[in-house]
Amino acid sequence: MTVRDDPAPPDLYQPSARRIERERFRRARTRRAGLLATGSTLATAAVLVALVVSSPGWSRTRETFFNWHYARKSLPDVLHGLWLNVQLMVVCGAIVLVAGLLVAVVRTLRGPVFFPLRALATAYVDFFRGLPLIICLLAVVFGVPALRLNGVPNDPVVLGGFALCLTYTAYVAEVFRAGIETVHPSQRAAARSLGLTSAQTMRYVVLPQAVRRVVPPLLNDLVSLQKDTGLVSIGGAVDAVAAAQIVASRSFNYTPYVIAGVIFVALTIPMTRLTDWVTARMNRRQSQGGTV
Amino acid sequence: MTADPPAKDAVPAPADPPVLCLESVRKTYGGSLVLRNITLDVPAHTVTALIGASGSGKSTLLRCVNLLEEVDDGAILLDGAEITDPRADQDAVRRRIGVVFQSYNLFPHMTVLDNITLSPRRVHKVPRAEAEERARELLGRLGLADRAGEYPDRLSGGQQQRVAILRAVATRPRLLLLDEVTAALDPELVGEVLAVVRDLKEQGMTMVIATHEMAFAREVADQVCFLDGGVVLERGTAAEVFGAPRESRTQDFLRRITAAGRL
Repeated sequence: MTVRDDPAPPDLYQPSARRIERERFRRARTRRAGLLATGSTLATAAVLVALVVSSPGWSRTRETFFNWHYARKSLPDVLHGLWLNVQLMVVCGAIVLVAGLLVAVVRTLRGPVFFPLRALATAYVDFFRGLPLIICLLAVVFGVPALRLNGVPNDPVVLGGFALCLTYTAYVAEVFRAGIETVHPSQRAAARSLGLTSAQTMRYVVLPQAVRRVVPPLLNDLVSLQKDTGLVSIGGAVDAVAAAQIVASRSFNYTPYVIAGVIFVALTIPMTRLTDWVTARMNRRQSQGGTV
Repeated sequence: MTADPPAKDAVPAPADPPVLCLESVRKTYGGSLVLRNITLDVPAHTVTALIGASGSGKSTLLRCVNLLEEVDDGAILLDGAEITDPRADQDAVRRRIGVVFQSYNLFPHMTVLDNITLSPRRVHKVPRAEAEERARELLGRLGLADRAGEYPDRLSGGQQQRVAILRAVATRPRLLLLDEVTAALDPELVGEVLAVVRDLKEQGMTMVIATHEMAFAREVADQVCFLDGGVVLERGTAAEVFGAPRESRTQDFLRRITAAGRL
């Protein structure tokens, strides 16, 4: 028998020399890794820049795609048009998330009574997931007004947004359904055995777990939606893409497209980082740590 | 369990370093201190049982030994070489240590045979035919030969845990860590798992066992360690610790266990 230490507080712990040495080594290793990363990044960047700048036709490329004059000239128009994209993205995104979840839940309903609903939802997803977005857009934006139905808007923005929702709801429904199916059956069994109804089980046990798991792929679809809002310009709506197109076609300079593109990219990055952070925080709270 | 067990009757020379050696190991999680100062030797071909209340740090200790957790301070030595050194090759260390988890942790997408042969084939580069032959032989000895092609979820808990033990010993580890391997099992299935552990002891496997099965610890352990307050409060042979515990906290713990009918 050995009593190594008094188990009762207070803890008179002093880091040992070994720990201090170990930590010094780890810090040095982190520093080395940082320096190495910086060095290799700079070297890679230098090589890439040298390659690009020395390539034949670079001066013409720069003139056509990275022209400061046209960049400044088109920026206000592009930003103005971008507002339309942002609105479309927010409104369509909200609709798509709700409708997608609904379709996914309908697809998982059990029981013969729900067969027609289930079949409809499946058919809807199968059809719109496979249909090219551009065909859906053309059909809705140009085809629907040609019907001259009473009470149906002719606004290309509304119709374009509707087409986007039709397609993206199908994608998002599949993402949600995949999430629902990854929740282990034992969770459902536990919930049902507590007396929760099938709907309550879905609402309180299955969906919260399913939604968390599919946040990354959902974000993927939302970013994709955000980009595709640019396609409503085919119906004549002046969004960021259309604004860039107007400037570009007047001057035969393509810098405005680059500007619009960069802005779209810049919009998606904060959203990606935010989701990464939220997901990481959720994981930390639910699981124990470890080094592997 | 091993085809060529470490010679069990070869008494290690006194100069042999212990297989596992913990020196003043300290581990905190966030603000809470789990292991305060753990010092422990595990000689070759012996079984060490870690006992203690839930939360006394038994599992944490095993996770530290397998480098699944980074210790805050102190050192862990495997065959005399420090493995907690940040310069140590962690994968190489883990290749020499087998672990069996409380919840089996078999890979559900692989058959029993593939679970067992994964590490021999992918890590130790044993040819598939050879690895499978050995896996089948191990399974046969446990009467699980007909389960080789099954997926883990179709086995009983006791069968799954026995497969998990086979998976851990298939690589002929130097040290085997068992973390509450019977805690998730029905009482009637506990016996078949413990029989496997007993068998491993017979073959001279060096093991560290965190357990609540006091009767079993008493039977197989060469050394029993009572963990309390983040230290090894009492250490001795099974007869010493169970028969005549010196510390009042050990006595309390054993009394509670006895009252619960586990000894």
